[in-house]
Amino acid sequence: MISRVAKGGLTLAAIAAICTTLVAATYRLTLERIAANEQSWLEQSLAPALGGVDYEGSITESRLVLEPPHGLPGNDEAIIYRAYSGGAPVAALFAVTARGGYAGPIRILVGVGVDGTVTGVRILEHRETPGLGDGIEASRSDWVRQFDGRSLGDPPAAAWRLRVDGGEFDQLTGASVTPRAVLKAVRETLLYFDAQQQEIFDMPATAETP
Amino acid sequence: MSSGQLADRMQAGLWRENPGLVQLLGLCPLLAVTSTFVNGLGLGIATLAVLTCSNVLVSATRRWILAEIRVPIYVLIIASLVTCTELIFKAWFPALDRSLGIFIPLIVTNCAIVARAEVFASRNGVVSSLFDGLGMGAGFALLLMAVGFVRELVGKGSIFSEFDKLFGGDPLAGLVVVDGGWLLAVLPPGAFFSLALAVALKNYLDGKRDAVHNT
Repeated sequence: MISRVAKGGLTLAAIAAICTTLVAATYRLTLERIAANEQSWLEQSLAPALGGVDYEGSITESRLVLEPPHGLPGNDEAIIYRAYSGGAPVAALFAVTARGGYAGPIRILVGVGVDGTVTGVRILEHRETPGLGDGIEASRSDWVRQFDGRSLGDPPAAAWRLRVDGGEFDQLTGASVTPRAVLKAVRETLLYFDAQQQEIFDMPATAETP
Repeated sequence: MSSGQLADRMQAGLWRENPGLVQLLGLCPLLAVTSTFVNGLGLGIATLAVLTCSNVLVSATRRWILAEIRVPIYVLIIASLVTCTELIFKAWFPALDRSLGIFIPLIVTNCAIVARAEVFASRNGVVSSLFDGLGMGAGFALLLMAVGFVRELVGKGSIFSEFDKLFGGDPLAGLVVVDGGWLLAVLPPGAFFSLALAVALKNYLDGKRDAVHNT
């Protein structure tokens, strides 16, 4: 006669084994689909910041991960994707963090062509106020598109500010803190690109961590 | 179990003992994700599936489970089912998974599910537990959809937007009734107001029916 405790323990172990098998089987079944989804989601979310740039191959393969301090905006990991055409660099994409928003860090994507002009800016992640600061999202307003085609000299450095601050860029209705943070990060990214362009395209891609 | 009793289980879940409206269980996901109809539908289906499967499994294994270890076993069963659901969502409905975010894994902590396991499935047969799960799950899902529908309509002025999250394809704006909306509805207070109105409406309807019966 086995004790009540032993019986309970054995039941628990048996059920745990069955449940683990179930989860493991589902994991194996969905593994490939999930990896493919994540890959295509990444490519999809990068593409809009590379408006009008022709490049070859998969941009995600040229991923470069920089640990802070790296000189780019934000004090967490920055990621650079590089686009090449015929072996020559055509553009770089920066995933950086803008500080100074209303509600925590804003993760943004800045695309810069080799000539130093912005190919596109997109917001990856933010927690700004719905209805006000979230106008930085491309799906909610055209605000973020005003950076397209701009560069460090266009407008001149003194005008790389919001209109409320005496610059040339529009703010959002009812929100200037969020746009100011994004604008600053875009400008700092351009400055970094200007200074480090050679190194950015020469560095080997960061190996995938399993 | 007669079909009358099964219908009674469904009715209990959908109306009389509705987990959200009457038992007020699982309010955290209810309030958090219902900013659009599609979000409500997605989380509703996920919760319905987990609740039904967990009810069936708990009921099927109830003879071998000692009273002392029943809660850890419910947790194991529910957590495994939720993990599987999350993986399935990530594989087949990635857009919906991204918009529901943490609330899919958090189905584990939805007290409506463990409550049904404890109160009903551990004491009743597999078939009636199945129907209890379907009824309670559907009741919860319909409430999520109703609250989502109202909040989306008032807050964004649209109906059934973002259906592409379920079926893929290009982003859909849905049916735009008015451009823009009353922002408060999609913010957290709007969730509380909508739920309170839903509970009040149910109590009003019940009160009216009782009044008819009593006269």
